[in-house]
Amino acid sequence: MYAQLVKSEGSKSRDEMTPEEIAFQERIDRGEKIEPKEWMPEGYRKTLIRQIGQHAHSEIVGQLPEGNWITRAPTLERKAILLAKVQDEAGHGLYLYCAAETLGVSRDELLEKLHSGNMKYSSIFNYPTLTWADMGAVGWLVDGAAIMNQVPLQRTSYGPYSRAMIRICKEESFHQRQGYDIMMKMCSGTPEQKAMAQDAMNRFWYPALMMFGPSDKDSVHSAQSMAWKIKINTNDELRQKFVDQTVPQAEYLGLTIPDPDLKWNEEKGGYDFSEPDWSEFFAVIAGNGPCNEERLGARVKAWEDGAWFRDGLMAHATKAEERRRSARHAAE
Amino acid sequence: MPSEWPLWEIFIRGQHGLNHRHVGSLHAPDAEMAIRHARDVYTRRNEGVSIWVVKANDITASAPSEKGPLFDPSNSKVYRHPTFYDIPDEVGHM
Amino acid sequence: MPSLPDMTTPNLSELAGKALAESGHVTVPAPDAGQEQFSEWLQRMGDNALILGHRASEWCGHAPALEEDIALANQALDLIGQCQLWLGLAAEVEAKGGDADRLAYLRDAGAFRNLLLVELPNGDFGMTLMRQFLFDAFHHTLLLALKTSSDSRVADIAAKAEKEVAYHLERSADLVIRLGDGTAESHNRMQAALTKLWSYTGEMFADDAVDQAMADAGIAPLPSTLKAAWEKTVTAVLDEATLVPPASAWQHGITGSGGGKKGVHTEHLGYILAEMQFLQRAYPGARW
Repeated sequence: MYAQLVKSEGSKSRDEMTPEEIAFQERIDRGEKIEPKEWMPEGYRKTLIRQIGQHAHSEIVGQLPEGNWITRAPTLERKAILLAKVQDEAGHGLYLYCAAETLGVSRDELLEKLHSGNMKYSSIFNYPTLTWADMGAVGWLVDGAAIMNQVPLQRTSYGPYSRAMIRICKEESFHQRQGYDIMMKMCSGTPEQKAMAQDAMNRFWYPALMMFGPSDKDSVHSAQSMAWKIKINTNDELRQKFVDQTVPQAEYLGLTIPDPDLKWNEEKGGYDFSEPDWSEFFAVIAGNGPCNEERLGARVKAWEDGAWFRDGLMAHATKAEERRRSARHAAE
Repeated sequence: MPSEWPLWEIFIRGQHGLNHRHVGSLHAPDAEMAIRHARDVYTRRNEGVSIWVVKANDITASAPSEKGPLFDPSNSKVYRHPTFYDIPDEVGHM
Repeated sequence: MPSLPDMTTPNLSELAGKALAESGHVTVPAPDAGQEQFSEWLQRMGDNALILGHRASEWCGHAPALEEDIALANQALDLIGQCQLWLGLAAEVEAKGGDADRLAYLRDAGAFRNLLLVELPNGDFGMTLMRQFLFDAFHHTLLLALKTSSDSRVADIAAKAEKEVAYHLERSADLVIRLGDGTAESHNRMQAALTKLWSYTGEMFADDAVDQAMADAGIAPLPSTLKAAWEKTVTAVLDEATLVPPASAWQHGITGSGGGKKGVHTEHLGYILAEMQFLQRAYPGARW
């Protein structure tokens, strides 16, 4: 998902837990929210920083592939919608960084880790957006996959994260729909538009499936995160749900899912489908995706080019405060 | 020398709300800019009519471990709640 | 809050009102005669919003801080919305069929009527902000005057846009002041931006036959009548920012054949349109 391969610290059996840890786990089991500054195991805190940080990074890097097309949007209305959507992503990054900050890490520290390659973002944003239909596919498939994960995360145990997810889910409700709306237009348009839509589907299907991360049904990290309720479903559960939801939507559009082995399995009440190429996934995560360099490069450039602006405003605020203070002093 | 913009907590009173509610946080160099950022970040969908900003560092919060002593005593003062009193139906709405 | 000269004082409305009163007419132009010029004028309004909005949207995902990224996108969204209204009305007045999109996506550069100022490349964030400020101060004064336009459609659009642009101006003026004062580097960058952009401010106030026709019809003030209010705002802000405009500067787009209002643009506009219009041009007639 937006937070793929988050290593969880901890994973202790009940016998190994301290009384504090047991009391903490019981609070979570009762469905209580954990708030900043309350006692929490160090592993819980660190895992959350990693997960929320990665999620935040994914939002701001995720601005770029769609941001690409804002200046090329084919109508004024499409331009406004796309811009509003990409702007929302900046907002979601902001909410998530703030949630992470309640755990004792600053936004600048998190950004430094992103820029130096020490923290990751979702693999999906390292794929190029080559045509306007990709704006449809990204909204429909990528946001669709993201929502699948984010809706349950509204119930996550960490209060600030949960509140951020609630706000994000509320705002994102139009994102997937606008993507599907683009796809509908393309699929009912000229043969060239339809072909563009199918091509986008072909390129984004497997990367979208990869967003959920490799199978984690036997992973100790996932087990711990699920016990802490910072992960609600397994990767495989969410992926299955996504496929089951998406297939009829593709059929409605008249698009073919690029998987010859896709078929309904009556017994399990869901579709059987092919796994994505996980070696490609690991290559992208390792930095070798088609756009890793451009994406990270763009973020680093924005940060470095903006340093004088951030410093200039801070310097003014400091000076203005000093001037106010000495004016008060003089008046007394 | 580069120093991060401080963190601000944002409170917004909505169109039909009576109270300012905490909506989230953001970074800004000072209070005036925090208000402007809050307008841009937290009222994109017409959410608010009034904004308060408070530097996150200036907020003193109750210690979570004191939850018991701080809040439990009022639990026992049930007579503060209207449902404590039985008023016969014949009396009508009160 | 830095002390901006109050933009909503009666003085300014008075000034604008006077500009309208002086023109002496308050009637809607007769169909046919004035309509071509009316449409031309509406395209100037719409194209300024479109091209400046386009430039602002280029920052999305690349601004110096998340908060600024979001603020600038809001501004771009406001401008795109205003462009839809102005160009929508222009298309209606032209009555050649089509809508705002036809005008935005199917005219070539020579038919665009925006000021040269708004099509210049963004430069650094300081250049973008300074350009925004210089334009906002003009834009706000103009919209205030247009609220009392003899054409109610114009007045309605202006009333909506004026509220948005009042905020743009508050924001850009404040940032100019802060960055002028901030560090030596931020001061120098803002000064460099001001020096470069100053040469493109004169075009905002140059009157031509279209402007005269609009003023005669009571639709819009003569641009030259807005200059005093603009100068007052700009001088106050720049003073507080400790920034100094060039004593004298060549003004592009006024003399000779050049000038955005006449459709003779910088080389930059062609690239903006190549990008913006690509899909509409590559797939004629397709619906999106």
